[in-house]
Amino acid sequence: NRHFIHTHRENRSCRQEHVSHYRLFPKSLGQVISRFSVRELHLSFTHGFWRRSRWGQPFLQASPGVELWVWFQSSVSDVDTTWKELTNALSGLFCASLNFIDSTNTVTPTASFKPLGVINETDHKFLRYAALPREIVCTENLTPWKKLLPCGSKAGLAVLLKAERLFHTNYHSQSVHVRPICRNELCISTSWELTQSLSVVFDLYASGSGKREWSLFKMFSRTLTEVCPLASQSTVYLDVTDSDKVNDTLELTPPAPSVLNTTVHGKWRSYAVYNLLNPHLYSTSSHSLNIALKWKLSKQFAIPEVPVFKAERYVSGFGLQTGKINTLVYNNHPYRAFPVLLMEIVPWYLRLYIHTLTITTKGKENKPSYIHYQPARDRECPHLLEMLIQLPAKSVTKIGIEFERALLKWTEYPPDPNHGFYVGSSVLSALVPSRINMETNTTKLAPLFTRLFTSIDASVYFVRLYTEALLVNLPTPDFSMPYNVICLTCTVVAVGYGSFYNLLTRTFQIVEPSGGVAKKIANMIRRLRGVPPI
Amino acid sequence: MGLLSDPNRRQVLTNLLTRMNTPLCFMCYIAGVSWFMGLAFEPFILRMYTSENAMGSTMVDENFVYGDRALSYAREFSAHGKKAGEMPVEWLVKTMSGLGLETHTQTFSRTLPFPDEIRERYMVKGTNVYGILRASRAASTESIVLSTPVGIRQNSQAAGLLLALASYFRGQIHWAKDIIFLFNDHDMIGMEAWLEAYHDVNVTDINSSVMEGRAGSIQAAITIEISSDVVTSFDISVEGLNGQLPNLDLVNLFTSFCQKNGVLCTIQGKLPRLDGETLEGYIHSLHTMLLMVLKQGSGKSQGDHGLFLRYHIEAVTIRGINSFRQYKFDMVTVGKVFEGMVRKLNNLLEKLHQSYFFYLLPSLSRFVSIGYYMPAFGFLILILLLRALDLWIRLSKVPISTQDCANENVRPSFLSIMTPIFICHVMGLALYYVPLLCQGRATDHFPVSDTEAVVLTSIAIYVAGLALPHNTQSGLPTELAAHGWMTLKLISVLYLALLLGCITLINFSLGFILAVTLIPAAALAEPAPHSASLCCLPLHRTLKALFLILMSPITILLMCIYLYHELAEYPITLLECWQLLLQAVAESILDHHLYSSIVYPFVVFFIYPCWLLLWNVVFWN
Repeated sequence: NRHFIHTHRENRSCRQEHVSHYRLFPKSLGQVISRFSVRELHLSFTHGFWRRSRWGQPFLQASPGVELWVWFQSSVSDVDTTWKELTNALSGLFCASLNFIDSTNTVTPTASFKPLGVINETDHKFLRYAALPREIVCTENLTPWKKLLPCGSKAGLAVLLKAERLFHTNYHSQSVHVRPICRNELCISTSWELTQSLSVVFDLYASGSGKREWSLFKMFSRTLTEVCPLASQSTVYLDVTDSDKVNDTLELTPPAPSVLNTTVHGKWRSYAVYNLLNPHLYSTSSHSLNIALKWKLSKQFAIPEVPVFKAERYVSGFGLQTGKINTLVYNNHPYRAFPVLLMEIVPWYLRLYIHTLTITTKGKENKPSYIHYQPARDRECPHLLEMLIQLPAKSVTKIGIEFERALLKWTEYPPDPNHGFYVGSSVLSALVPSRINMETNTTKLAPLFTRLFTSIDASVYFVRLYTEALLVNLPTPDFSMPYNVICLTCTVVAVGYGSFYNLLTRTFQIVEPSGGVAKKIANMIRRLRGVPPI
Repeated sequence: MGLLSDPNRRQVLTNLLTRMNTPLCFMCYIAGVSWFMGLAFEPFILRMYTSENAMGSTMVDENFVYGDRALSYAREFSAHGKKAGEMPVEWLVKTMSGLGLETHTQTFSRTLPFPDEIRERYMVKGTNVYGILRASRAASTESIVLSTPVGIRQNSQAAGLLLALASYFRGQIHWAKDIIFLFNDHDMIGMEAWLEAYHDVNVTDINSSVMEGRAGSIQAAITIEISSDVVTSFDISVEGLNGQLPNLDLVNLFTSFCQKNGVLCTIQGKLPRLDGETLEGYIHSLHTMLLMVLKQGSGKSQGDHGLFLRYHIEAVTIRGINSFRQYKFDMVTVGKVFEGMVRKLNNLLEKLHQSYFFYLLPSLSRFVSIGYYMPAFGFLILILLLRALDLWIRLSKVPISTQDCANENVRPSFLSIMTPIFICHVMGLALYYVPLLCQGRATDHFPVSDTEAVVLTSIAIYVAGLALPHNTQSGLPTELAAHGWMTLKLISVLYLALLLGCITLINFSLGFILAVTLIPAAALAEPAPHSASLCCLPLHRTLKALFLILMSPITILLMCIYLYHELAEYPITLLECWQLLLQAVAESILDHHLYSSIVYPFVVFFIYPCWLLLWNVVFWN
């Protein structure tokens, strides 16, 4: 019941001191990059959540909502101000509420995010990371994203990207990645690389009335007609690994011109490859390409394999005072242990008790080998917790940390406070050992894949995993009540309390009514004379 | 307040209070009870209305068509259940996975403190099965629960309906909240186990396996119980554990979809009537309201939904009733009602919070909010305060003639007042701990079952409390003895007022039932006057004691059980009533241990000792 398409565009542009020469690189983005001295920029918009246990390993996972991380050049003197300005500029560029990124949700991770481009400095003070889990992604974010493509949505694969189909899916994630790369082998000069990727998961069960068949037309209500004339490469890869299984063969129309066998995420996969630059692929009658897949025998959906590395997160406890954030991290590898780097960002209004941090694996305490904790400051910055934890083979590690819910000032509540407050996903980065022996040279065959998954060593692959965002309820006043409460308390204090206090603290005695002014004067004189008063 | 700061006027006021005390108390009692009775009269109270914006105006059209599928699932379910002899876990997992749900199981085990004879269970082992329909439009931050208890009771149609709804919902694209389809084993124990595992807490001592699949914070839950292929009406249960109630909007939601589909809906099994303004109509709504008060006051959860409320999840139980009425509804209509409800809950943008959490329902079209029913209790509690003031005034008026020699005797010593209070509370503690500790020994020596042993030991201790020697003051002059009992009564009256005030805020019905019965007892409790002639003294004392016994917690329970069966149109004899009383005591102890209900400890630790104090007052010297 899944299928995703992943468009990958890459444009290069000369890089001098400032970006000045534009050919394929979108000028709007280039100006932003040079204006704010950005070295690397990663921005993703995601709608839905990647179900790892059903859909397997994603090509590029992103946290629900918006995620932005940027490396600035070392020439930037005031990173925070530049970051603020950059988010505002991107907010306009992508029609998103990126302007909500401020110091309360920005952190500087020390270990979780490393630059992906050509490295000449890795001082993490030039890094900024922020996520907005509440942000809803929709058409208005897709349109500016499509405009960055050299052919827009007029030609090439991008013609398929129609908003009305893309947003009826189970998962939609679009991202923009900009990084510097070497222009040639010698790496004397660098150029910008822009990667735009879009991942979509279609629910065939819901849209195809329970059948497994699909075609491009069924999914996108469009077919491919021509390739973008500016493209040097335009390819459709189709995962046909499952077809090898007995009694379960699939049929592709038109048949794939070539098949590519490679390893992705530690598994052998075979891909049917359609090179769209090949004119013979298009049907002669309609000049269009509609790739369709049919299963010959079974109609059952395949039961997905258990992923080697997965995690889930939840809030435990009840009531509005305290709670606990729990993260379960699974290592399903049969014999290899591997370390994982966990990054947790918690807003300041959940007051974490760091002494309650417990990490248990198989009933025993698991001591992290690296901890970086930056406590929150109220209304200024969030908690940041980074830990390096070793995961033994075939184990579940439970990480729990207790928190107390803060009482906000009444103007700090969002318009719908009873919906709850979002806590962004935690980010887990790991080098996962693969289950099969990989030959290094085979990976070189697929240029697309190598660029996406830069694996350092052939036997491991890098996974960055995002857990669920959390929805936490804070103690919320009934906002229609303050007026009543103010009136009532004022009355009680003014009338009730004062009088009762009077009654309780004073003793009452009957006093003779004193005389007039004359008597007072007489008494004063008598007192002066030393005679007792009348 | 100027009135009080003037000593002369204060004097007048205190005189008035002392002199008019009894008539004032009487008037307050009449006012309180009649205010409460008036609550069921329709023109006095508010009509139901939906407050939540997301559920009020948005339209939903229901297209559920899988009625036959529901019935075939139900037949398969019961067939597999019969074959397995318990819940067909494997079949459920297979079916739900086949529908494309993320299916998980959770096993649990629990040993009851003593065997539950009504449900015939002692060491409970079970498995909950649940499937999560992942919403396409959200990132698993929120969810809705649809559950049905399977296990002891035959509930296969509800299970079938749930599966049919799951298969129908799976094809829909508008879900913004994950939907959890939960089949809980051993009804409430399974539900408690599931909820505790979901929230990763351990409130009761239940052992359950680690839960894997979760779906964010649960926004609302609906428990379905149907055990026939067609239904004539739906009955809704709202009363939860400790008398907690779900948000009124959930009840509104149910009523509106029943009306939309033309399905008859009832509350407390009472059909709606249109003649609320006539006497018959009034009596009908009064019966309905009293039934709700009795159910809520019992603190028992009237369905699986009651356990959700602790976690601030709004939940109701909806039962399909198949009576002898002509007009029946098939599974398609039934499914449409639930589809509509779930669709609207899916539209929620906030937690259900707009409408009332404290209410009484004389019918499904009218409700009594907290502002309307609290005055009734206010009048009753006023009696205790008036009584306390009266005693206070009388105590402070004691002549200080014997100033020097008997200074210690004028005020009763601290110890003499504290002793009965201490003894009474020790009795309460004994009542809580001894029956469960002695359970084994009792069954060895007497021909009783475990449950009977616990209940009968409890009752024995309860009665023994009455026989304890309480009087520690003897040989004192009359007025000093009077001082003693007045101080004790002042303390116990204020104590009772405090207890009732607290419990009413949590569970109005329980507070009101206790107030109606205990307050007159407390107001009238005093020792026989010494001036009375010797022959009258025992009679006087016996009458007082009898009245107090009539108003003791266990007699109140007995009366409530009798009244409940009268109102539910299922009259019982006194002997049956006694049997039910024993059952009720056993169940309330079990409820406390299994679901941590507070009614039993509250009565045993506080109300019973407080009542014993009054008993002491009556037998003061």
